[in-house]
Amino acid sequence: MAAEIDIQLVKTFPGRAPIKARIRYPVEASTVLILFGPSGSGKTTILRSVAGLEWPEEGTIQFVSRTWLDTASGVRVAPQDRHIGYMAQDYALFPTYTVAGNIGYGLHHLSAQDRKKRVDEMVELFQLRGLETAKPRELSGGQQQRVALARAVAPRPLLLLLDEPLSALDAPTRVHLRDELRSLLKQLALPSIIVTHDWTEALTFGDVMAVISAGNVLQVGPPIEVFSRPHNADVARVVGIETVVKGRVVGSSDGMLQVSVNGTRLTAVEGESAGPDVFVCIRSEDVVLERERATASSARNHLAGTVVSATVLGALAQVTIDCGFPLVAMVTRSTVEEFGLSSGVPVVAAIKAGSVHLVSRQGE
Amino acid sequence: MNWIAIWVTFKLAASTALVLMIVGLPIAYWVSFSRRRWKFLVESVVALPLVLPPTVLGFYILVAIGPHSPLGRFYNELVGHPLPFTFEGLLLASILYSLPFAVQPFAAAFEQVDRRLIEASWTLGVSKLGTFFKLIVPLSKAGLLTGAVLSFAHTMGEFGVVLMVGGNLEGETRTVSIDIYDEVQALNYAGAAKTALFLLVVSYAILLLVYAVNRNVWAAWPQK
Repeated sequence: MAAEIDIQLVKTFPGRAPIKARIRYPVEASTVLILFGPSGSGKTTILRSVAGLEWPEEGTIQFVSRTWLDTASGVRVAPQDRHIGYMAQDYALFPTYTVAGNIGYGLHHLSAQDRKKRVDEMVELFQLRGLETAKPRELSGGQQQRVALARAVAPRPLLLLLDEPLSALDAPTRVHLRDELRSLLKQLALPSIIVTHDWTEALTFGDVMAVISAGNVLQVGPPIEVFSRPHNADVARVVGIETVVKGRVVGSSDGMLQVSVNGTRLTAVEGESAGPDVFVCIRSEDVVLERERATASSARNHLAGTVVSATVLGALAQVTIDCGFPLVAMVTRSTVEEFGLSSGVPVVAAIKAGSVHLVSRQGE
Repeated sequence: MNWIAIWVTFKLAASTALVLMIVGLPIAYWVSFSRRRWKFLVESVVALPLVLPPTVLGFYILVAIGPHSPLGRFYNELVGHPLPFTFEGLLLASILYSLPFAVQPFAAAFEQVDRRLIEASWTLGVSKLGTFFKLIVPLSKAGLLTGAVLSFAHTMGEFGVVLMVGGNLEGETRTVSIDIYDEVQALNYAGAAKTALFLLVVSYAILLLVYAVNRNVWAAWPQK
C-alpha cells in the first residue's frame, strides 16, 4: 500500500452547514497539502480534527499506517499520542516560558543534554540566535512565528499542521516569510497540511490542494491544475483566479519584469517575488479582448491568439484563448456576439502589467 | 492576649489553606474545564457555604461526624476517640466552610488561561496532568495565591462553625474569635479589644497582600 493520508469526517454545528469532508492523497517525505477556502468554510475544523483537538461525530482519519480516528470502531487517539506538530493561527506561544523554553517544551522525553542540543539546533535553523532568553511578548511577529514553528518541529513530528501560518503578520513581513517558510518546509522534509485562504500561499507551498467551501471538499489536486482547470463553477468562484501558468523571468527594466511563458513574452510589475521560476497568475476579469491590436493602449501586454472556447454564463461569458498558453478572459455576452467569438477566431488579449501576478515557485 | 488561642487559630487557618490547596485544585479544574451539563449542580454545592448560616453548616457537620453516623463510628474505631470537639474535627469543618474561598478564585484563574495554549501543549505530547503543572499552574499563580490567602483569612475569622463543631477547649479548639466572645461575656472589654484589634490588623494585612499582588484575577468587586 502506498503511503497516504485519508481523512473522512462529518461534524455538525448548531445553526451552520455541517462539515462533510473526504480527502485522500498519497504522501511523500515533504508533501504539502493545502486546505483552501474562505473563512467559515470548515478548513480549520478539518485541520483541528487531524490534530485531535476536535472530535467529528463520524469519520476516520488515517495517516500512513496509523489510525487516529475511527468512530465506527471507537478509535480515538489523543493529540498527545499522534506525534504531530501543530501551529495555531496566533502561534499560542507560552508566555511564561522563554524562547528556548518554548522550543524545548515538547522535548520532555529527551535527556537534559539531548534536549539542550535539539533546542540549539532549532535556534540555529530558525535564526533565533541571541533570542534564547527572551519572552514571547518581546518578539516581533515574524520572530514569534519562527519560535512557534521551531517549537512544533522540535520533537520531530510525523506530520506538521499549520493553521493560516502567515495571517497574523503585516503584509511586507508576510511576503518575506512566505519564501522563507517554503524553503524551511522543503528543508525539514516533513509532510504538512497548511490551512490558508490566500491563493499565493497555496501556489507557493502546495503540492496538493483541497478546495473547501461550506463544509464540502470540492476538488483535490495539484494547485496549478485546480486553479487552471476547476471542476465546476463553485471551485472557480472559491479560487477566484483562472489563469495560472508556469513562467520564467528573463529580464527586468524600469521596475518591470519580462516573463516568458512557453515563448510568449509578458510584462509584469516587479513585485515581491525573487526567483526566476514563477507562476504567472491572471484573473479573467483583468483580460480585455480586442479585435485587433489597438494602436494606442495603456495595457503593456497585447497577446495575439485564437479562441479555443467561449462559454456563456448568464450575462457574462468565459472565453479561453490560446496565445502560447491557455488564457481565460471574462467578457459580457454581448461582446461574444459582437466579436463573433467562437473556436478558431483570431483575437488580441490586452492585460495591464499590474494585473499579471507573479508567485515564485521552486526551480525544477 | 491569649497566645494559645492565637496559635490554635493560626494552626487551623494554615492547615485549612494547605488542604484546600490540594483538594481545591482538582475541583476547580473540573469546574472550569468540564463541559458536562450538570456542572452547575457541583458549582452550587461548592458555593453553598457562602450563603448558609455557619450554624446550619456546623450542625450538619456535627451530625455527620458524630458517634451515631457511619463516618463518626469509623473514625472512632480507627483513632480511638470521636471526631467532634477535636482539632481534627474542627479542621474538617473549616475545610468545608472555606471551600468556595479557595475553589472560586482557582476556577476563575483557570478559566482565564487561553485554551489555545493548552491545546498547543497537548499537541506537543504533554499529558493533561503535565499541562496542568507545566502551563496552567504558572499562568494561574495569582489566582492560586488569592485562593490560599482568602481561605486562610476566612478560617481565621470563623465563629459559628467553630462553636458548633469545635466547642471551646483551651489549646485544642478555642480560636481567637471564640476567645473574644468569652472575654466579652466575662465583661473583660480591655482583653477583648486587644485580641479584636490583633485580628483586625492581621486580616487587613492579608487582604492588602492579596490585592497588591494581583489586581486583575479575582476581586470582590467587578473590575471596570
